[in-house]
Amino acid sequence: MTALLSLQKVGKRFGGLQAVHDLSFDMRQGEILGLIGPNGAGKSTLFNLINGVFAPNSGNIVFNGIDITGQRPFVIARHGLARTHQIVQPFTNMTVLENCTVGACFGRENLPLMRARDAAREAIVIAGLEDRAATLALHLTIAGKKRLELARALAAQPMLLLLDEVLAGLNPAEIEHMIGVIRRIRDRGISILIIEHLMQAIMSLSDRIIVLNYGEKLAEGAPSEVARNPQVIEAYLGDPKLAEQLQGHAEQPASNGSARHV
Amino acid sequence: MDSPITPQAMETVMIRRPSVRGAAIITRPFFWLITLVVAIFIVTPAIGNNVELRESLLLAAVYITLASNLNLMLGYAGYINFGSIVFFGLGGYICVWLVNSYDWPLWLALLAAGVGVSALSFIFGIGILRLRGPFFALSTIGIVEGVQAFVQNFTPWGGSSGIYISPAVFAPLGGPARALWVVYFALVAVMGLSLYLSYAIKTSKFGLGLLAIGQNEDAAAILGVPTPRYKALAYSASAFLPAIVGGLYFFKGAFIQPSDAFDLTLSTEAIVICMLGGQGTVTGVALGAYLYEELRGYLLTSETFSHFQLVVAGALLLLIVLFFPGGLMGFIYSRFPRTQRLLE
Amino acid sequence: MLGIIASLIDGVLVGLVYGLAAMGLTLIWGVMDVINLTHGTMIVGGMFALYLLATALGMPPYLTLPPVLIGGFVVGVALYWVAVHRMIGRPPLMSLLSTFAVNLMLIGIGTGLWGTALFNVSVSLPGLSIGRYTFPGAHILAAALAALIAGLLYLFLHKTRLGKALRAVANNREAAELVGIPTTKLLAIAVGCGVALAGVSGMLIGTLFPFTVLSGDGYQLKSFVVTVLGGFGNPVGALMGGVALGLLEGAVTPFVPVSWTLVIEFALFVLVLIAFPNGIFARRGAL
Repeated sequence: MTALLSLQKVGKRFGGLQAVHDLSFDMRQGEILGLIGPNGAGKSTLFNLINGVFAPNSGNIVFNGIDITGQRPFVIARHGLARTHQIVQPFTNMTVLENCTVGACFGRENLPLMRARDAAREAIVIAGLEDRAATLALHLTIAGKKRLELARALAAQPMLLLLDEVLAGLNPAEIEHMIGVIRRIRDRGISILIIEHLMQAIMSLSDRIIVLNYGEKLAEGAPSEVARNPQVIEAYLGDPKLAEQLQGHAEQPASNGSARHV
Repeated sequence: MDSPITPQAMETVMIRRPSVRGAAIITRPFFWLITLVVAIFIVTPAIGNNVELRESLLLAAVYITLASNLNLMLGYAGYINFGSIVFFGLGGYICVWLVNSYDWPLWLALLAAGVGVSALSFIFGIGILRLRGPFFALSTIGIVEGVQAFVQNFTPWGGSSGIYISPAVFAPLGGPARALWVVYFALVAVMGLSLYLSYAIKTSKFGLGLLAIGQNEDAAAILGVPTPRYKALAYSASAFLPAIVGGLYFFKGAFIQPSDAFDLTLSTEAIVICMLGGQGTVTGVALGAYLYEELRGYLLTSETFSHFQLVVAGALLLLIVLFFPGGLMGFIYSRFPRTQRLLE
Repeated sequence: MLGIIASLIDGVLVGLVYGLAAMGLTLIWGVMDVINLTHGTMIVGGMFALYLLATALGMPPYLTLPPVLIGGFVVGVALYWVAVHRMIGRPPLMSLLSTFAVNLMLIGIGTGLWGTALFNVSVSLPGLSIGRYTFPGAHILAAALAALIAGLLYLFLHKTRLGKALRAVANNREAAELVGIPTTKLLAIAVGCGVALAGVSGMLIGTLFPFTVLSGDGYQLKSFVVTVLGGFGNPVGALMGGVALGLLEGAVTPFVPVSWTLVIEFALFVLVLIAFPNGIFARRGAL
């Protein structure tokens, strides 16, 4: 089976800083791929390269058999790639439903307005925002805005969803709810590439993990393998708390580890 | 930067909202409201051949057309166009020139003005719409300077002395007196079209995309809104009807020269009207235009204020921006929330 | 050939004054991301202050510089409290509209008082002759004064406590507030300085060319061009941008009708913005 998303030797430089260096990886259809790494490892830059906010200086990005290298974000969105932002970007003066209608209207299906509203409603239900549909985005709590980001991306009916720290800033109950939502999205056949700092969450969610450090791939594999990788642990030693979490995981391998790689 | 959300900021917030409606356009009440306004504009001056009322309503119709088309950029897409007068002036020139020098019938010259100016602004738009926010606003001033300099040096259009229309061109319309009525009804029709257009766009997918651009352009692009095309289309669409109105206006006056055609006062007034009525609303802009026209009429007759029209317009704009960013409709919506469903 | 060189040198002299004007615009932009659309009118304000002080009160033209500087500062602080203060933290288009509104009022008052008549302040200074060409003394003195004030501004921003605090606010307002810098007061001071620079450059331009109430538009445009050439929020770049624009004008004026100069400059403005979104001598937030 061909890869849904394939990065081939992708590089991005900002002035003198090599943010992403010669990065290659493939992602399968239906997979949840976790992306971890210390702060400044180039994770968010990588998202911006994939969805066209930045054009890479070198390499190719192929999505669903189409070369999307250097395409504008709205073109890439039409191909069926949606994302959320680490810092939420709602249309503050629109209701939750209207926000999601934008996603549905201009997403992969390019729906007419009325059908887009139905798709938007469905996405709102999946994200658990149904009682907020008529609320202006501006009045939502931070957890609500995070869910709105997810719902809006989902309304676009993407094939691949990029999630940038959707759990950050949420309380434990909200995190649990969000993890449930992410699993449900995957069960609908949508592939997910996720950046997350909460080790426990990403280890249990992901089928596979890629570790970035200084813009390069440090390790790749099932969560349990990655967590035991001495290089990875070393990279995280700058951040003792995270290193500890990683080691905690190595001792009790994640539940469904590599079982899903068929 | 974090600033507490003030009630004023909220008003702007409430007002620039998309409006997605299910039913076909002619079954919606707001469509008939526009039709009613157009009917009033047609009928009231015609009763008793009231020329004075006609002239005052004519100016209101010009304001409504300019402001509601400006609103497509300012109120929907969130881009300030300081140079909307270019559409009006160029439309006037093209129309007057074709009628006068090539004996084109008025309707064809008007159509040519609309299409020509729209096409031209689409080309301008592709260039300057690559600039964001304030930079776009600044470059629209440049468009005015550029077009004005061009016209002043363009001999077929009479350079800085302009074009006079010979009275003979009024003959096909039944002589000068009847021609004024014809022009008036045509202007009202264009005003009606402007309002229908604003409303149709607001309730469409295109309008939803524009409003998304107005609120967060980057997020809109990432969700798939084709931002460059939508902005250029909105800019170009906002040129079409103002160009036709310019054609009618200068045909009626039988004279056009650069300093009248590109008088920045009119673009400025269009901005004041948009903000006064409530940017992003259809009703508000029409209401704002009417009120502004009334206010202006009062000021012009008052001895002290007639020299200070700009001062009054500026003070009005400043007060609105500082204290009522939602304009009249923001105020009405917040007092009577149910009106939001009826008045777009 | 020599004529072009002379034209270029004169362009640099005038360009230094444009650079000074643009410093006023870019200072405000750099500190608070506000584009001051009263800028052109403030330049005209400097011109009229020169005219009134020099012709009505009989002051020597160059001695009007200190009162214009102080007056400009006071006007700027007032402008901050009237039109800018409430716009901080609102969408950038709102401050554009509020300064635009104030500009309308000022233009309205100006045309009400003086109409659109042409005013002129004559300055007689011996010129500097090189070969067949004479460079007007007024141009040389204006350029020297502009360079001097620009230098003083640089020292102010980099060597004084107040200047350093201003740069801190420009860099990161929240962080500046956290370390106890009174940001609101500093924002007001920044607008005051910006307007004072506009006024002084207007006063200097008034010694060179005749002017009307509406002259501001053209000079404001020049300031924008200079600002994008020099990089937004970068006063040193502004001076370099001014010289660049002066050179361009010097190169273009012998060949192109005057009414096209502004158009060429605006085309340059748009092209530079598209090609170099951060300015050619870009150091964003470098104040």
